[in-house]
Amino acid sequence: MADKRVLELALATPGVDAAGNAVRLPLVPAGQTAQEPELDSDHMLINIGPQHPATHGVLRLVVELDGEVVMRVIPHIGYLHSGFEKLGEYRHYNQIIPLTDRTDYLSAPANNVAFALAAERLMGIEITPRCTVLRVIACELSRIISHLVWAGTTAIDIGAFTVFLWMFQERERVYNLIEAWTGARLTTSLTRVGGLMADVPDGWTDRLREWCRRFPKTLDEVDRMLLRNGIWLGRTQDVGVMTAAEATNYSLSGPMLRASGVAYDVRKDQPYLDYDTYDFEVPVGERGDVYDRYLVRMEEMRQSVRILLQAVDRLPEGPINADDPRVILPPKKKAMSDMESMIHHFKQVMEGVPAPAGEVYFPVENPKGELGTYLVSDGTAKPVRWRIRPPSFLNLAALPKMAEGHLLSDLIAINASVDIVMGEIDR
Amino acid sequence: MSGAATPNASVATLRARFGAAIGRSAVVSGATIVHVARERAHDILAWLRDDPDERYDYLVDVTAVEYRDPERPLEVVYQLRSIPRNAFLRLKINLDRSGPLEVDSVVDLWQGANWLEREAWDMFGVRFVGHPDHRRILMWETYDEGHPLRKDFPLRGRFSRAEQVRRALGADLSAHYSMDELSIADAYASLPADLRVGPRHPAPGAETSRP
Amino acid sequence: MELTPPPTLGAGDRAGFVSPNWVTTRLDDLVNWSRANSLWPMAFGTACCAIEFMATAASRFDLARFGMERVAYSPRQADVLICAGRLPFKLAPVIRRIWDQMPQPKWCISMGACASTGGIFDNYAMVQGIDTIVPVDVYVPGCPPRPEGLLYGIMLLQKKIKGESVFDPSLRVEQLADQRGMFLEPAAVDELSEPFGNSVHQTRSA
Repeated sequence: MADKRVLELALATPGVDAAGNAVRLPLVPAGQTAQEPELDSDHMLINIGPQHPATHGVLRLVVELDGEVVMRVIPHIGYLHSGFEKLGEYRHYNQIIPLTDRTDYLSAPANNVAFALAAERLMGIEITPRCTVLRVIACELSRIISHLVWAGTTAIDIGAFTVFLWMFQERERVYNLIEAWTGARLTTSLTRVGGLMADVPDGWTDRLREWCRRFPKTLDEVDRMLLRNGIWLGRTQDVGVMTAAEATNYSLSGPMLRASGVAYDVRKDQPYLDYDTYDFEVPVGERGDVYDRYLVRMEEMRQSVRILLQAVDRLPEGPINADDPRVILPPKKKAMSDMESMIHHFKQVMEGVPAPAGEVYFPVENPKGELGTYLVSDGTAKPVRWRIRPPSFLNLAALPKMAEGHLLSDLIAINASVDIVMGEIDR
Repeated sequence: MSGAATPNASVATLRARFGAAIGRSAVVSGATIVHVARERAHDILAWLRDDPDERYDYLVDVTAVEYRDPERPLEVVYQLRSIPRNAFLRLKINLDRSGPLEVDSVVDLWQGANWLEREAWDMFGVRFVGHPDHRRILMWETYDEGHPLRKDFPLRGRFSRAEQVRRALGADLSAHYSMDELSIADAYASLPADLRVGPRHPAPGAETSRP
Repeated sequence: MELTPPPTLGAGDRAGFVSPNWVTTRLDDLVNWSRANSLWPMAFGTACCAIEFMATAASRFDLARFGMERVAYSPRQADVLICAGRLPFKLAPVIRRIWDQMPQPKWCISMGACASTGGIFDNYAMVQGIDTIVPVDVYVPGCPPRPEGLLYGIMLLQKKIKGESVFDPSLRVEQLADQRGMFLEPAAVDELSEPFGNSVHQTRSA
């Protein structure tokens, strides 16, 4: 690679001419002659990924390095593009719920809830009080397990391996709870349009309370290891800074946006599932660096435990499914014995439930940021358009802005702090 | 998003200021939708961002919608939010499917639009004039089965599975570079001819292209 | 992508095949035992199954006790490619290149429904099973498979390895279907990717 040289490109938007056509950039500006390459002016082009342990999924980073300093980083995505949005146009609304598990697979119940809420608003369905509270429990549990993975993988990228094991052990304990409720550890398909797949089993709320009592101690242990650790501070403070104005302009959301000082949380500003009746705080950072994102996410986990305890205290009795025979399947006993119920069951499963023509954009505060579900219906049982507004997609697009000028090892730390999940980015 | 039927006050202000460029508006599922003319869309969006009473400083989403009904135009949808005012607005541009699918890029207004517009190009074939890096983002650059989210694109794609595997395996991994990356990379030679434009530094062994 | 096809087995290779006797079986036992109990996995994790793979590697299920102590992130030092997760077409040349970079002896576990058959993603973007691209030894069904399921698949692979023979040259040579690097004949790819069962009826949009 000795003959590769790169000019310092002062252009803000290289690569396109006035008409919008792509152009090639000359290596030597017009009017100058090519110079002999000097050894210390070589820049190196390296490729990180798409198969790499520290990219948190199949992400490819093309990095131009001047020694250890990152001059440019260009993320390439699409390596996990699975055609979700296209598939959604060929599935009934309830058939799309299992698809939502697989987009952000680290917090599947939250995705299920997000889609169900959007479909219910589109169809004008009211869910029951018990279902509302159970969905809050599901969302907050998802927030915790997603942040556990984030904490574990970020720590392991920066070098603290033990945290990864502790976080995954906590995640296993939550898996026990989720598995008791839904039957699956990871891909839960928890909600249905109008309700839930199943109610929580007996004694589940006690197990949840017990877990909530013990979990903050694990967070305290992690904090004892990392919060004032000189290595951790050196690796994370003033690394990957995004100011509040930049974060807003780059459409960041979730902990990325709040760590930069913008106090926007969908649960507080556009409440859903009665979040405005819960007593919790939203941590907001100041500097917008990797350390602030760590602080914000750790505190969010503690606040989630607070919400969980309130939710479990207020969990009302009653049905979990709305009393709407248009959308809810009849109970199995009736479907097996009563002809009319059997026909109703058959029609609903085979033909799906038509949504009225219209559209809805429903944002929820997912662990990664603002997950928006944009559904457009033409009156049939399959949506015309299912658009997932993915928070990680927009958060990752700001990576070049955050990482340029830092060292290569900082790039890894910044990439970890963005908390991406490629399933959601690529869909 | 409460207050179901009253439209966002921005609509009336837009009509007063931009007149005929503002089309019909509606409130659907709690959100205000307003249609705007393609030619003035960039000005309208810039004004919405900068006007001190509007301040839509946060671009939530840019996407496109194609309906099953062939009579309906293809819509480019912008979802805007004002964080200081906690307001939300959805703008749509109708594009006639038989004409050129082109709108002005808003990357100069919101940096978040960069990848969003690239995805709309990749999935729908809508051109964003002025976009600094107008490449596919989810599929690879030399993917030529089409634009997947169009309604005339079949679910399983246009080619047979064997052909899809063959083309996927044949794609040069290093060729997925943007134009400015290619100024230093070797993969320029393996791009198809229509992507190789402009002067370039001849690497040893590679053909030189005309300026 | 340029791949030189491997040497095909000819008549001369048969001459190297030794009939099993007491020495060869003892040697096979030793070699297979050491291979099976120190499989260093190349964790090609893409999606949800990768999280279950990580959970299997973590404390509760612990892959290390199966000899998979060192998860190799470089294919040059790996023994078994565990494709954990769905494989879109954009990623197909990547897994093919990683497989080619792995030195023999190597095996492949296809973890999950998407890696085995394409799973729920029977669409334009998804490879309908990595066995159209690389040779697979063990398929682990599930979406995602439980860690116990993955462990069972690994144990099946260990059992398969223990049934191999060092003196069988055909085991360590991969036959490519054609010069251009396709692993299977196009007709075979199409046949493997054909929808079946309910998939056949799930392409109606309205």
